[in-house]
Formats: sequence, structure tokens, C-alpha cells
Amino acid sequence: MGTFIVRRTLWTLLVLISISVLVFLLFFSIPGIDPAVAMAGRNPDPATIRAISHAFGLDRALPIQYLLMMKHLFVTRDLQSYTNQGIRVIPEIAAAAPVTLSLVAGAVVLWLVFSIGIGLVAAVFRGRAIDRILMILGLIGIATPSFLLGEAANIVTQSKLHDTPLFHWVPPLGYTPLSQDPVMWFKHLIIPWVVLASAQFIGLYSRILRSSLLDVMHEDYVRTARAKGLSERRVLIRHVLRTSMITFVSLFGLDLGSLVGGGVVLIEVVFALPGVGLLTFQAASGLDLPVIMATIMYGAFFIVLANLLVDIGYTWLDPRIRPA
Amino acid sequence: MTRVEPSEQVSLPTENAARPAAGGGPWILAGRRLSHNRSAMAAATLLAIIVAVTLLAPLYAHHVAHTDPFGSNLAGRTIVDGKHVDVLQQSGGLGLGVTPIGPTWDVHHYFLGADSEGRDVAARILYGGQASLLIAVGAALGSMLIASVLALVAGFFGGLVDTLLSRLMDILWAFPVFLLAILITTVSLTQGLRFGPISISTSGVVLPIVVIALIFVPFQYRPIRGQVLTVRERDFVKAAIVQGASARWLLWEEILPNVVNTLIVFLPLVMGINLLVESGLSFLGIGVQPPAASWGSIIGDSQNLLYTRPWVAMGPGIMIVLTVVGLNVLGDGVRDAFDPNVRRLVPAA
Amino acid sequence: MSEPLLEVTDLRVSFRTEEGLAPAVDGVSFTLDRGEVLGIVGESGSGKSVTMLSVMRLIVDPNAVFGGKILFKGRNLLEMSRGQIQRIRGAKIAMIFQDPMTSLNPVYRVGWQITEQIQAHAELTKRQARERALELLAGVGIPNPRARIDDYPHQFSGGMRQRVMVAMALSCSPELLIADEPTTALDVTIQAQILKLIKELRSESGSSVVLITHDMGVVADIADRVVVMYAGRIVEQGDKRDLFYDPQHPYTWGLLGSIARLDRPKGERLASIPGMPPSLINRPPGCHFQPRCVHRVERCSVEDPALTDKLGNGHVDACHLDASVKRRDRVLGSAPTGSS
Repeated sequence: MGTFIVRRTLWTLLVLISISVLVFLLFFSIPGIDPAVAMAGRNPDPATIRAISHAFGLDRALPIQYLLMMKHLFVTRDLQSYTNQGIRVIPEIAAAAPVTLSLVAGAVVLWLVFSIGIGLVAAVFRGRAIDRILMILGLIGIATPSFLLGEAANIVTQSKLHDTPLFHWVPPLGYTPLSQDPVMWFKHLIIPWVVLASAQFIGLYSRILRSSLLDVMHEDYVRTARAKGLSERRVLIRHVLRTSMITFVSLFGLDLGSLVGGGVVLIEVVFALPGVGLLTFQAASGLDLPVIMATIMYGAFFIVLANLLVDIGYTWLDPRIRPA
Repeated sequence: MTRVEPSEQVSLPTENAARPAAGGGPWILAGRRLSHNRSAMAAATLLAIIVAVTLLAPLYAHHVAHTDPFGSNLAGRTIVDGKHVDVLQQSGGLGLGVTPIGPTWDVHHYFLGADSEGRDVAARILYGGQASLLIAVGAALGSMLIASVLALVAGFFGGLVDTLLSRLMDILWAFPVFLLAILITTVSLTQGLRFGPISISTSGVVLPIVVIALIFVPFQYRPIRGQVLTVRERDFVKAAIVQGASARWLLWEEILPNVVNTLIVFLPLVMGINLLVESGLSFLGIGVQPPAASWGSIIGDSQNLLYTRPWVAMGPGIMIVLTVVGLNVLGDGVRDAFDPNVRRLVPAA
Repeated sequence: MSEPLLEVTDLRVSFRTEEGLAPAVDGVSFTLDRGEVLGIVGESGSGKSVTMLSVMRLIVDPNAVFGGKILFKGRNLLEMSRGQIQRIRGAKIAMIFQDPMTSLNPVYRVGWQITEQIQAHAELTKRQARERALELLAGVGIPNPRARIDDYPHQFSGGMRQRVMVAMALSCSPELLIADEPTTALDVTIQAQILKLIKELRSESGSSVVLITHDMGVVADIADRVVVMYAGRIVEQGDKRDLFYDPQHPYTWGLLGSIARLDRPKGERLASIPGMPPSLINRPPGCHFQPRCVHRVERCSVEDPALTDKLGNGHVDACHLDASVKRRDRVLGSAPTGSS
């Protein structure tokens, strides 16, 4: 166990370092890029550019610049934005992360509950009309870009039906922190939750679960479970679903990691939620390397973390791969 | 329910009954199975119609709608119910600006209305489809090609090369995919995309193809490498290697056919994912660059018209959904036809 | 005994497939008395497993169609509700499957899997069920059951897993034990141990046993009576002694010929039956075995032979040939006598 923790920690560090180097190289590999010029404002004189270059360490060799950036990001934690001068990067991310986490957390609850429920119903009634309808709906969900569904939701709830009692409660687009007003937080997020969960995830996961349930239903040990005289319900939940969750959990972890890590940018844009994805997008548009670096590090960290959780969940779900 | 679900077909208690009816290679067999799969055939028909319709875009724009879908038409007029009206109409109220004309449902005159530049939305959707489909196909082929080359190198040389490549791919797995795409695109859009001496134009569809192809390489590398290793580990292949079979024989006769099978099985599904990623990037304004348009960029451009002219966004949106549904159904059919036991290649974008 | 424990009458099981209706079991009838051990023999695809899975109502395929009657203590299992059948399964009728590697759920401890069955049928506390499971594991010869009860199936060897399966099957003292090729996946020495276990069970508890196998050697070891199946039908049925010493159906001769015996002259090759069993969908006309039969006559490909008791001792077979002709041919061995 001890060596496992050490190895995973070292691997995580290696991944984070490699990704930071990659981002850095990607940014500077292109000749002609000079953030100092952008920062100096309109028609800057060469002296100003030089001064800014020096102040941000942009006149040093690339490896030194990289190390300086890492030092400011992780050691002194005072890395500053290129484009919004004086703005520190870490508090920006600290402010954006709760938004993204709130968005993903609620969506995940819907997505798990509905995909497991739909997957079970479809597998039990396989071949019947209800199965076909659910799977076709799932397919449409998978094929619908989240931003499109989000826009459709906005058209309905913000405009077409906003003046009906049905959607009159929907606040204008934006975000309210949970600590400030939980009811408002919920009202702001419920539609994004539904959209994020329905576009792709519920459909995808219910289809995956259905097919792995059907696979497991043909296993010999399920026949044994029936031969034992267990109720169909018990066979389905304790034997079929339990083993089917192994595949489900591994994919779930990967998707969860990438969502928390900024994959929800499109939903954040559509619903004007100031989360990490939106922050990254704005930073990338402004070529604001310090912010990009920090958000990508943050995202990669969550993905590595999610991978770790998947591995742990896996060993918990499947004793065959547990060390003796 | 007319079709017997593959997973429910009886595994007949005799090996005999399950014997295929006639001979033929795996390709012919798969093709025959596919052609018996009604949903897959319906999906293929739907896709063929979509492709045909987008290819007919110039015909529609010039001979039916008589418009230029890429030039602004701010002062243009058109005919609705026999009356001449402005394409961009004054909104009610105190100079709140103009609102483009909505859907007329008349194929000759702004069938789906106009966008904020006064351009025909229907014609733009057809042209946008060309770009979207081209990117989906191009990026799928591109990432498969790169991933295959890397996987072949890794699987062939094994040892250190394999370890290094595989570790590198593991690291890239941890990259937030969509953020990576945003990053590469924004940097390239300002600075141009260059790999050493090769520089790639950032206008049109090339940049999204390259970016999407690149970001999915790590996801396709794993299964292809697995395939290469499986083939290598087969007993008769091992025996052939021991007896001094040439690398060329191994590559052409054993490994490539298997890898190509895997790729074909995944192609439609990968194209579907690519189409979604492209639409997302273009929606953010960093995919297809104007004056070219794709379904995603048309939706992105329609932000300020969302509540007044929802069709500008929903029209291309419906096209995306139809195409991706078609690709998924076809993909499932192809997968079942070739091998019912393969797993999903890439996670959701 | 007045009423047999199990009475199968004209059982028919077919599967709807893309190519048509595939009859896997085609009018099978037999009875089983209390305390009796019945061996069902046949090649894979002969319908022997499907027959016994139907008794357990374990064929859940929506494309399966059933006909006939399966009376267990006078009640038709095929007409029972799901709840009724669940009270019988595992309690009154238990089943052991062929592959112990895949028949136990890999994600649960073996003790859990046994107590799950006990608690499904008996009002016992967790602790009582666990004590019972420990007894059972000890009873089937698992060394140190207290240490092994919380192990997972993958931590056991194949033979040990099959012992766990037997323990599980015996957990509610069933009146009928169905063993579907219980030793096929095991080493020869382990096979003998498992068969011994089944024999002990029968002598201790008086349970009836149906043993499905393709191995005549296994049948010779423990069966009282033997049913031989081919292509979904019974082709011969009789007491073990009668059937082994005076086999009536050429297919049975083939099966008997494929047992390795030490008392045969050296150099004589093990006989095998030429050809393959027919497809379920395209059955040959007449006797289903005739295309593979070296003794066939014209009548065989025209008329379907019925099961008849030609010897008058309850030993029935489905073959057109006379018993005397068969005795002569059998002595000549199964060497081809010209393929007319």
C-alpha cells in the first residue's frame, strides 16, 4: 500500500510537470509571440515593452521563465495575469472553481440516478417498446451538443415561456454562490444541471449500462443466482447490476474528471456561469499564459485525481484485482 | 419489434446451427450482416441524404434562393406572400436596431429567414454542413492515421520505444481535452499553425481538422496498440517470427488488416464525436473561421438573435443532431457486423 | 412408490431464431423415482442440458417456446408462477453447473453466496446461516472452512470451487439434485472426488439425482438408470445394467465405444461416431441419426422410429432394426458394413 501511494504520487507529479511543460512549449513554440507587446497597450514604445518584459521575466531564457512561472504558481502563489494587470491567478481560480463544482455536482446526481434507472428499465424490458423509446431518446441525447440544448432551454425558459407560471421563477442567466443564497443558487443551476446531464451523459451511460447489464445477464453466475431461488429483483440488483457497475464506474470517473477540469466550458458560456471553463476560454482568447497554465494544471489535477479514484473504486468493486 | 436483438439470439445448444450460412471473407460477411440491419441501413440512407443535400448547396444558393450566403445583404429586400419586404426589419420601439426576417417557409425567399448580416440561413446551413462533415471525416482519418502510425511503431519495436510512447499517451490522457483544443486553436489563430517548416493556414476548415485530429490521438492510440500487440502475440504469428518472417509480411499480412478492421468499426462513432467537438469549438468562435461557416459557427453567430430568431440556431442544431444520430446508429451497426464485443473508443467530448 | 418425484411428459423446447424455429428438445418423456440416480447422456447439442434447465425454469430466453408437462411431486413446474418456482428452486430442486470457474459470482465471498441461498429459503439469522455454511463447506471437504469462508471464488482452485457449488446446492437439503456435467471442467482425480461427493449425498439424504454428462464412464459409476439423447430426443432408455450390457441403439454403441478401456486389446483404436450431429433447424428425414449410422437401411430415411420396448423389460429404444440383427452387428463392432 505504501509503495502504491508513493508511486501514484510520483506519477501525478510527472503528469503535472509534463503537462505544464507542454503548455509552456505550445505557447512559446510559435515564433513572434510576445506577451509584453500585448500588455504594453496600443502603440507602445520599445522602452515600455522592454520594461514590461523585464518585469515579467520575459527577457530570460525559456527554461528560466518556466521555472519562474512554476515558482510563482506553486511556491509563492502570486502568479499574475498578463492581460489583467495586477490580477493574481490563484484567487481567480479559487473563485471560479466553486461555480464549476456546483454545476458538475448537481448534474452528476441527475446523470447517475437517471442513467442507472433508465439502463435498468431498458435492460429488464429489453426488446419491448419502452426499451426502444428510452434508447432512441438516449441516442438523441448523445447526439445533442450541450450548448445547443442549453440554447434551446434558454429560448424556452428565458423567452418563449418565461411569462407563463411554468418558468416564471427562472432568474436571468448568471450565478449566485451557495453560501450567499441557497435558493437562488439552486434556481440558477437547475436548468444547467438538467441540460448538462441530458446532453450526452444520461443517454450515453444508460446505453452503456444497458448493454453491460445484458452482457452480465448471460453470465453463468447469474444463472446460478436464479437457480438458488432468489427473487428476480435480487438477482438483478445484487448480482447483475453490481457486476455491471465495474465498467460504468471506470468511464464515469474519466468523464467526471474532465468535466470538473473545465470540460463544461460550453455550458458555462451558454448560461453565463463564471466557472473554470469560461476562465480558461477567456484566458486562451487573450493569450494570457499564466491563467491558462493555472487552469490547465487545475484541470489536469482533477483528471489525475479522478483516475486515482477510479482505480480505488475498481479494486473495491472487483475483488479479483485486489492485491491478496 | 421485428429485429431479433443480437445479444438475445439464442446461443444455440449446438455449434452447428450457429454456423454461418455461406462462406466469404470477414468483410463480405460483415457487409452482409450490415445490409440486413435495418436501423443501420436507415441511418446510412439518412447520412447519404444529408451529404447529398450539403453537396447541392451551391445549386440551392444560386438557382433556387438566388442569394450569396457569404456576403452581407444588409439593405436587401425579398418577397413574402407576394409583398416586397426588407430583409432586415426595423424593430419596434425606439431605434432598438434591426431584426432579420424570420422563416418564410418559401424555398425561394429566405426559407429559414436571415441572419444578422442579412444572409440566407438555409443556404448557410447547407454550406456549413459541407464544412462540418469535412472536418468530422478529415479529423477522424487524421487522428486514426497518426494514432496507427504511433501504435505500429510502439507495437513493432516494443521495449523502450513502446514504453515511452505509451507513457506519453498516458500523460496526454490527463489533459482536459476540450481545453487543449481551445488552447491550440487560440494560439494558432493568432500566430498561425506551424510544425517546423510546415505552416498551415488557419482559415477555413484545416485548423479544426488538425486540432481535433491531434487531441484524439491519445484516445485512439490505446486500442490500436492493443490490437497490434494481440496480433503479435498470436501463436502462428509468433511462430512465423521465430522462423524469420519478414517485418513487411507481419505488417501487411497480419497487423494492418486487423488494425484496419478496428478503425473501420470505430470510424462512424469517431466522426460523430468529432462533429460534436467541432460544433463546440465553432460555437465559441474558434473553430471554422469566417467567412467560412459550419453548423456550430452559425449557432455561435446567432447568439444575439437567440430569442427573436431561434431558427437561426435551431436549424443547424437539428442538422447536427440528425447527423450524429445517424453516425451512431450506423456505427453500432458496423460494430455489430464486424465484432459484437468491442468497447467504446473515446470518452464523451 | 406410488408417485414419481419427477415426471417429464412430451417436453418440447424450441427457440425462435432468425433462420426459423429450432427445436432443442423434441418430445422427451421420462420419470425419476425418489432416491434414484438418472444419467442423461448425449453429445453437446443433444438437448440434455436444455431439458434439465427447463425443469429448473432457468431458460429465460424470450425466444424460447415450451410444450409438454414437467410434474414435480405432481405439480406442473411449467405452469407455476415466478414466486412459486422461486420457492422450489434452490430449496427442493438444486442444480450444479458445468464450469465452476464462471458459476460463482466473482465479486462476492463464497460464504456470502451460500448464506444468501440459505436465507432465501429459511428463516435463519445471519449467524445461524453462516454456521450452516461452515458445516456445508466442511461437509464437502473444504479444508479449514473457517479460514476459507470469507475468500473470493478466484482464490479457490477449480475443484474447490465445484465443492463450494455442491455445498451451495445442498444447503437447503434438496429432494432433487441436478448436476449438469459437474466434472467436465475438472481434472480426472478431482472428477472422482466430486462424483464420490454426489454418491455420498444420495446415500445420506436419499435425494434423487439427475446427472447430465457426455461421458459414459461417469454414468457407469453412479447412475441407476440411463437416458440416451440424440438431436433433442430420447433414443434409448433403460436400467444401467441392461443398457451397458445390451445396448440397443447404434448411437449408444458409438458412445460406449468411445470409453477408453484397459481390458481391450492394445492397438485397437477408440471408436468414434463419424459425422456431426444435425443442425437443429434442418433435421434429416426419418431417423435423425441415420446419416451417421453405419447400419442404416432404406426404411431409416423414410420413417421416424418410435421409442418401443422390444425386449419387454422396460428397456426402450428408437431404432428400426431388430434386436437380433443388432446383436449380430454389435459383435462385429462398429466397423462400417458397407454404406448402403
